[in-house]
Amino acid sequence: MTVAAESASSLVQSVDWLAIAPPTITAVVGLVVLVADLFVGDGKKAVLGWLSVAGLAAAALSLLPLLDDDRSTFCLTGSGTHACSYTADRFTLVIQLLVLGGALLAALLSMSTLKDEEGTKGELPAGEFWFLLLSSAAGAALLPASRDLATLIVALEVASLPAFALVGLRHGDKRSSEAALKFFLSSVTATAVSLMGVSFVYAATGTLHLTEIATKLQSDQVTDGQLHTLAQAGVALTLVGFAFKVAAVPFHFWVPDTYVGAPLPVAAYLSVVGKAVGFTGLILVTVVAFPSYADVWGPVLAVLAALTMTAGNVAALRQRSTRAYSAVRLLAWSSVGQAGYLLVPIAAAGYADNEAGAEKAIGSTVAYALMYAAVNLGAFAVAALVGRTQRLNRVSDYRGLYARSPLAALVLAFFLLCLAGLPPGIIGLFAKVTVFSAAVDAGLGWLAVVMAVNVVIALYYYLQWTALLFRAPEGEPVRHRVPAPLTAAIALTAVLGIALSGAPQLVLRFSDTGLF
Amino acid sequence: MIGISESVMQFLLALIVAGPLIGAVAALLPAPPGLKGNSPDQAVLRHGVTVTGAVLLAALVLALGFDHDHPSKMQATTDISWIPALDVRIHLGIDGISLPLLVLTALLTFLCALYSYFKMPTGPSPKAFVALILVLESGTLATFAVLDLLLFFLAFEMVLIPMYFLIARWGGAQRTQAAWKFILYTLLGSVVMLLGLLLIGLKSGTFDMVALATDNGPGLTTSVQVIAVLAIGIGLAVKTPMWPLHSWLPDAHTAAPTVGSVLLAGVLLKMGTYGFVRILLPITPDGMREFAPYLAAFAVVGIIYGSLACLALARRGAKGDLKRLIAYSSVGHMGFVLLGIATMSPTGVNGALFANIAHGLITGLLFFLVGALKDRTGTTDLDSLAQESGAALYGKAPRLGGLLAFGAVASLGLPGLAGFWGEMLALFGAFEPADDLSRPAFLTFMAIAAFGTLLTAAYMLVVVRRVCMGPMPRPDAEPAPKALADVQGYELAAWTPLVALTVLAGLWPAALLGLTDPAVQKLLTGGKS
Repeated sequence: MTVAAESASSLVQSVDWLAIAPPTITAVVGLVVLVADLFVGDGKKAVLGWLSVAGLAAAALSLLPLLDDDRSTFCLTGSGTHACSYTADRFTLVIQLLVLGGALLAALLSMSTLKDEEGTKGELPAGEFWFLLLSSAAGAALLPASRDLATLIVALEVASLPAFALVGLRHGDKRSSEAALKFFLSSVTATAVSLMGVSFVYAATGTLHLTEIATKLQSDQVTDGQLHTLAQAGVALTLVGFAFKVAAVPFHFWVPDTYVGAPLPVAAYLSVVGKAVGFTGLILVTVVAFPSYADVWGPVLAVLAALTMTAGNVAALRQRSTRAYSAVRLLAWSSVGQAGYLLVPIAAAGYADNEAGAEKAIGSTVAYALMYAAVNLGAFAVAALVGRTQRLNRVSDYRGLYARSPLAALVLAFFLLCLAGLPPGIIGLFAKVTVFSAAVDAGLGWLAVVMAVNVVIALYYYLQWTALLFRAPEGEPVRHRVPAPLTAAIALTAVLGIALSGAPQLVLRFSDTGLF
Repeated sequence: MIGISESVMQFLLALIVAGPLIGAVAALLPAPPGLKGNSPDQAVLRHGVTVTGAVLLAALVLALGFDHDHPSKMQATTDISWIPALDVRIHLGIDGISLPLLVLTALLTFLCALYSYFKMPTGPSPKAFVALILVLESGTLATFAVLDLLLFFLAFEMVLIPMYFLIARWGGAQRTQAAWKFILYTLLGSVVMLLGLLLIGLKSGTFDMVALATDNGPGLTTSVQVIAVLAIGIGLAVKTPMWPLHSWLPDAHTAAPTVGSVLLAGVLLKMGTYGFVRILLPITPDGMREFAPYLAAFAVVGIIYGSLACLALARRGAKGDLKRLIAYSSVGHMGFVLLGIATMSPTGVNGALFANIAHGLITGLLFFLVGALKDRTGTTDLDSLAQESGAALYGKAPRLGGLLAFGAVASLGLPGLAGFWGEMLALFGAFEPADDLSRPAFLTFMAIAAFGTLLTAAYMLVVVRRVCMGPMPRPDAEPAPKALADVQGYELAAWTPLVALTVLAGLWPAALLGLTDPAVQKLLTGGKS
């Protein structure tokens, strides 16, 4: 009797529901929205939007009770090791906050976009839209917590697959479908390569848990034997899938077309949450699973970072301001450049002498990502505001924005200067300083110099855009009413940016302490 | 001189740094009832005068309360932790080196605000103009008051955006390109400087300038110091500007509005040389010693190059621009400052600091005068100013002409005026540089620099002869010559302090040297004063 009970308890685990609440709430609300869509009349679709926003807010609030200590669930039992598939440590919580907050802001942007397009030809189906957005957010929130390769890949796919659909959701829009197809094909290829890498690593180590892999990779069995090559190839291939998500060179070509083709809020979502997914996966794989192969991925990531920031910034520099959708295109390329900065500390972690050094470097990436998320979403929010009246959303349409809506112009100028890293965007400046200091600390002087040059290149296009805002407008300024959710999104990001500029410690503290 | 309690001094210094920022925000808001004035434009310009005036007053009180018996001691210090993660502390303080620069900045900005109140540069709304001037003032004052490397960097960057917009929106011809050149050059330099600052901070474990300076290169190996000096030096040299990194300066000056030029030459350039003295000399003495001869060489090339460029511009028929000429003369004058710093001797560094202040006063005055000339004649082209229809200032506007001649002879270093002492001390320093520097090399530099003073005298006198002593137009000339208004009341108010201080500093150099010398001695010997 007792024997049976014991074996049953080892098979049926108790699940720490509180720990897995953030992704679970998001997913459940997604399903609820999908079902509710069937019962909500055509005129009342806005309810679904508010429901989704509330769900994301609830998911973000569910992070609060987890702050006290690290929790784990779905652990291996009986094998003498203590490897878990789901861990809610500080790193997980910070990234989940970033993902859920980003999704929340994107949802606020979406509400006004959905409302504006109601009844037009390219109308977005509300129920499906919210379901896909929430599903993707659930995957993205699961990803930082996953501590085995299978969960990691599943989370990556849960985050990506709805995103393809979101990009191509607009009915009868050729650009939208083309963007989705481009995004889908390149992403699937990257994932396939990544899966092959995972299988190699599994073959070499016999486990999927990240911490187990880390120990096994150091064992003599792998380092001496013929498995060494297999493991090395596996490590390299696994990184590919995540490099794609971050939009690192050479996987960056999909970005501008996808962002332009997608509805603007989806582009904003991809630029922040999509990137967060990528670099979180990279961090988990490199720092947690493959620390012993730092001499392989460290230099590779350093080179990738240098190439990515240069490619993104040079392309952004070459954008003509009168081309259609050039504002979104510019933000797209600039996000590629920013992804390069995000990679720098991860590369630096590969050069760190000890674990603490690596974690500090990772913290710089996290701090930078938080800053980037707030100000980039803010910039997209103002772009959405301008896009309501100027359908083509060219950079030249921003000329004289100050005369039309002074606050929006000042806020956008602030966001752009934060992205450029110049005062008054103090948080942008100090976030760059942490990234620089991670590079200098790791002895990556050349990378720091490349980044320095890139910062100057980036300043050119950010400041050009900023200067345009304050030029004399062509023609009479026309004022429009701004919908409440859009105002809320802009105000929220602006308050965040300004508060962080006054107290940069709020995000920079992650660069000082261990996150795992 | 007068006893003011330490906490009041702390408050004053914090007010000086933060006050203009608050003022800038207030400038963007609508004027409160009762302060509306005749028009919104007038109200906001008056707001600018009030805020800069209050800051100047605070700076003067601070200077009075400053303990002049111990100028090497950091005074009015505040030290609060701001970003523990990066070890950034809000560490403010002044000593004999920063106090004169602080007062100079507050004075020049106030005079600029006063001048703009009566003579608003043509361009978009004065609201943004006043806000930008105030942000600029806050950035420069912060640069001279902060004692933390990263905060110094922040303050250094803070002036870029306001100056960019001042040039790009209120400037003259070619302003867009000039503004871009200014900001891209300076930013490239300052990003490289950031790398050097981070290197120092990470290798020594602190970003605090006082702690770093007292140890004189604590735990920094010579190779680290060399890299740090190279990186930081490039950033500061762009700002100073040192030949061959100067090419942004003439364009920026030519395009900038009068007030922008005055602040650029009078204050912004000083941020570069101040960085050399405050950061590189005490914190990385070994690295500095390696580079001192090269720095001196570049400095004397700058002196000669600047003078020759000015001579070329001053020639008849060269279509030289007077603003451009003064900008090039700045390259020469800053060359003397750099030469003084490169000697690494107390005499030379004191001379450099003196020349710094003198250049701020004299060049500020010259840019004001040229601006006034441009307002009256509509041109800064030397050839048109020297023609019969041109200025001939002695005849048409004798007081303006007299002031221009005064500024020119002060700039060429006439004994008894401010320009003389700094350059002479810098040359003295080069005659006897620090012990481990090559004396023959510095003697050569001294000889070349001394020749440069002759060239300076030459072009300045040519300018005076052509602009002030030009031929008077015949009374029956066609078209009838335009009358030139002589110095106006507001102009007199804005210029008199500069003239008075130039004379005072020339006749009583000890007032300034007494402040800087103990502080310099302390910096060069590593805190053992």
